[in-house]
Amino acid sequence: MADVLSSQPAWMGNRRFDWRDRLATALVWLVAIVIVATFAWIVGDLVRHGLPHLSLGFLLEAPADAGRAGGIGPILVSTGLILGVCLAVSVPIGLGTAMLLAEFTRRGGVFALLVRRSLDVLAGVPSIVFGLFGNALFVIHLGMGFSILAGGLTLACMVLPILIRSTEEGFRAVPDTYRQAAAALGLTRSATLWRILLPAATPGLIVGLVLGIGRALAETAALLFTSGYVDRMPESVLDSGRALSIHIYDLAMNVPGGDGNAYASALVLIAMLLIINGLTFWLADRWLGRRITPH
Amino acid sequence: MDREPVICIESVGVRYGQAEALRNVTMPIYRGCITAIVGPSGCGKSTFLNCLNRMTDMIEGCQVAGRIRIDDAQIIGRRIDLLALRRRVGMIFQKPNPFPLSIRSNLTFPLKEHGVRGRRRREARARRALEQVGLWKEVRDRLDEPALALSGGQQQRLCLARALVLEPRILLLDEPCSALDPMASAVVEDLIGSLRGRYTVVIVTHNLAQARRVADDLAVFWKVDGAGTVIERGPASQVFASPKHELAAAYVSGRRG
Repeated sequence: MADVLSSQPAWMGNRRFDWRDRLATALVWLVAIVIVATFAWIVGDLVRHGLPHLSLGFLLEAPADAGRAGGIGPILVSTGLILGVCLAVSVPIGLGTAMLLAEFTRRGGVFALLVRRSLDVLAGVPSIVFGLFGNALFVIHLGMGFSILAGGLTLACMVLPILIRSTEEGFRAVPDTYRQAAAALGLTRSATLWRILLPAATPGLIVGLVLGIGRALAETAALLFTSGYVDRMPESVLDSGRALSIHIYDLAMNVPGGDGNAYASALVLIAMLLIINGLTFWLADRWLGRRITPH
Repeated sequence: MDREPVICIESVGVRYGQAEALRNVTMPIYRGCITAIVGPSGCGKSTFLNCLNRMTDMIEGCQVAGRIRIDDAQIIGRRIDLLALRRRVGMIFQKPNPFPLSIRSNLTFPLKEHGVRGRRRREARARRALEQVGLWKEVRDRLDEPALALSGGQQQRLCLARALVLEPRILLLDEPCSALDPMASAVVEDLIGSLRGRYTVVIVTHNLAQARRVADDLAVFWKVDGAGTVIERGPASQVFASPKHELAAAYVSGRRG
């Protein structure tokens, strides 16, 4: 081997690695490791403190002694219901708005610009402001009271900007050749939209959904004034219900001696996020992957 | 063969905003013939083709003037049933563009949307279209696989089948072979030749040899004073043998363009 290398002509040089390339590579790796390490640290901390308190009973039982004892059964149910209301409202509206923006408005048009600017501003509004808005509109003005419904609707308002922008990008990523092919075949716009563009835009929708669910599950401030913090089992969406994130906040800040269960609840929350994300991508792949992507 | 014009193009001009793409194009296109449109890049060949099925509507700021009559219908400058027009006038693009669906759905979905009732009937017509483009034997066992898994040449033939399945009268082909390798290109070219008589075909091509092989009629487009126009047209044999226009003569003999 050495012979081969030494027999290179002079113009080839022998500088196989530039130090600037090496430095850049090292920096990129460093950043990646920092990110992974941070995540590992958080999860490790949660597992270390939370796992001893975790059991099947913890997932099913009602909380007792302000959450110091017992489990999180009703809280999981409330969280699920809030998320359900949020998605049931935000997915259709988000999908419709994204279609409108991507397929039915001109790119530089005033209307599209207005909608997009509004969404960008909404995406940056602090969640506590959404909480106050939801309290004023849903809880008081529309008379829903502190309820799972009010909380879900407030979350929907919060999640919409993320969902819309991501889905819109999904539509924009669909090659124009599909639209041309459909037009040249004399297909209606609605048929093109449902059968061709929507399936092709689904990856964008899925990403938006996963980001939105993440934000919804993690939300505390917006729910404090809307769905409330009653930790009983809800009987309908008109009952107040305590979301998991609020439970964690309450145990950690207001209940001395609640640390153990707070950690356990946080562990459940992270696990839920991971499972929902994984499941969403898996389902999308299963339903659409075979039809859309070539082998 | 009696030479009956099926498309009459009169004084057609096209503008993209301020830019003039096509000026004063007048020519007939005869029923059952293959008319090849040749000329250098940027002389308005594709723009001309896009006028014939009003794909120009999809381009923002594009204005078409003049008159185009297909059979007994005027198609320019008025509200017409675009879906019906495009069903009668099919189009194949330069790059194969099958839908990201299965091979079968690529054919049955347009049929369903055009109101062909009954799965059986749709599948029978899909099979006939696939046989027509010589793809049936290659794909009969994999009709439910994604169309995008096919090779480039197969994809282009599928697109042709997708156009044929709607039983159009006229086919517009926009450089249908230019994105294919020579073998696939030859297959598609033979296929185009086999359409003669049953369909009226207008094909834009960069490939003069191809035009010489398949065309009955030939139109040479050229950019004159900043806008594309027809500088020579007529039966292909005549245009190749004794072109009248100086530039056209230089072009078809390979000395220019």
